[in-house]
Amino acid sequence: MTLIDLANPTRFLQLTARILPWLAAATAILLLVGLYQAAMAPDDYQQGATVKIMFIHVPNAWLAMFVWGVMSLAALGTLVWRHPLADVAAKAAAPIGAAFTFLALVTGSLWGRPMWGTYWEWDARLTSVLILFLMYLGLIALWRAVEDPSRAARAAAVLTLVGALNLPIIKFSVDWWNTLHQPASVLRMGGPSLDRSFLIPLLVMAVAFSLLFVTLHLAAMRNEILRRRVRSLQMMQASRRSA
Amino acid sequence: MTALAALIRRDIKIALRVGGGALIGVLFFLTVVVLMPFALGPDLALLTRLGPAILWLGALLASLLTLDRLFMADHEDGSLDLIVMSRTPLELTCAAKALAHWLAAGVPLILATPVLGLLLNLDATATAAVALTLLAGTPALTFTGMIGAALAVTLHRGGLLLAVLVLPLSIPVLIFGVAASQAAITGPLAFGTPFSILCALSLVSLVIGPFAAAASLRHGLD
Amino acid sequence: MALGPHAVFVVTSYALATAVVLVLIGWIAVDYRRQKARLRELEAGGVTRRSGRGVADI
Repeated sequence: MTLIDLANPTRFLQLTARILPWLAAATAILLLVGLYQAAMAPDDYQQGATVKIMFIHVPNAWLAMFVWGVMSLAALGTLVWRHPLADVAAKAAAPIGAAFTFLALVTGSLWGRPMWGTYWEWDARLTSVLILFLMYLGLIALWRAVEDPSRAARAAAVLTLVGALNLPIIKFSVDWWNTLHQPASVLRMGGPSLDRSFLIPLLVMAVAFSLLFVTLHLAAMRNEILRRRVRSLQMMQASRRSA
Repeated sequence: MTALAALIRRDIKIALRVGGGALIGVLFFLTVVVLMPFALGPDLALLTRLGPAILWLGALLASLLTLDRLFMADHEDGSLDLIVMSRTPLELTCAAKALAHWLAAGVPLILATPVLGLLLNLDATATAAVALTLLAGTPALTFTGMIGAALAVTLHRGGLLLAVLVLPLSIPVLIFGVAASQAAITGPLAFGTPFSILCALSLVSLVIGPFAAAASLRHGLD
Repeated sequence: MALGPHAVFVVTSYALATAVVLVLIGWIAVDYRRQKARLRELEAGGVTRRSGRGVADI
């Protein structure tokens, strides 16, 4: 099974029908394991129980960026390889990515309230995620602004790629603009500074949320393919009526 | 009456569907407010003090942005001619269109205010004051903006011309909107005085807007 | 499991995350049903795809 085989939407639909139940089951099991481990994790000596918010905040923040990466790949697929499923993948990913980004923002803000004393602090990392959220919403607005899906796909692909190139620049400028947040602690030179009792539940939750994204994404892609079939059949019906 | 109700329902439906763009106004509002701290600096005390002004400016620009769709889309597909020729008085039709536009594009702005207030570190009273003044003031923005939209559509120019025409007209609303919210937050003025003037501005625009818009449509479209 | 003085924030974040994920799942499931129903309706009305394959093949 290669990428070319998947170019046939019917074959793609058959494949998703076969693997979706397994993916959903695996996601559910991993999520339960991750939640149990998160509940069992010890309290942080500084932050107390609020450190438990990390187990959903960090996976969501990681997915917020990962989904944009997936959409950029799909955008390349649309513009360069003209893969027929690429724009379906890009369109289906946008709302899911926006939802994860929203969760990252809200959980971050709920974490910040007891730690910093305010719900919102204009610090570098929160602000970059907020800009990412705005870009997701803009992308969804672009998809919704054009009726013809293939024309919308090309416009959205260009915007996605420009966004992917711009995100590091935005991140850098926002960092320069202000720094208050604690420095990155998981992926850092010289190994993670996080204790194992936190790291393992965090990794399990990260994998579980990634699986959740894959499951939701495949299901949303299936919906999008069906939506396009409905659309083309409706067009056929309309042209037959007028003929 | 049923014709007007049908028109309002149609306009709201179009605005909220694919290609509509009423919700883009909210997104623009959010973006403008997020941009401010990058220019002013992340000092929360300063942002709190400027918060009502930032929110009002953002709402003003966002409501302006969606205004040029008010008559333009109907003009493009020809339904504006039918509306002008119909037996329902054009003034009432204009008022109905503006009401529909306010419901689809203005109300979401007011609903978004609490979230944006959080970003600017406004407390609950301040956010409520800004939301209340926006509720009283945005109808004035829509109804005076409608005059500009009607002028712009008859001249086949949208966008920037509309902004240049409408922005000076909305200065009084901005003054009393911000004054009322500041009065509610810090004083020393009583909240009632500027707020009543704001409501009066809205009521006056409810009367003037439809007549002026209908007049410019009648004379412009032929 | 004691959550300390800030239990509200922890519980709210977990509840919100659950709610958003459930809304996503619900939206996708409802959308799937709606598209399938529409396809069936169109096929019942005699509109078929060029390949001749119907909604039952999916």
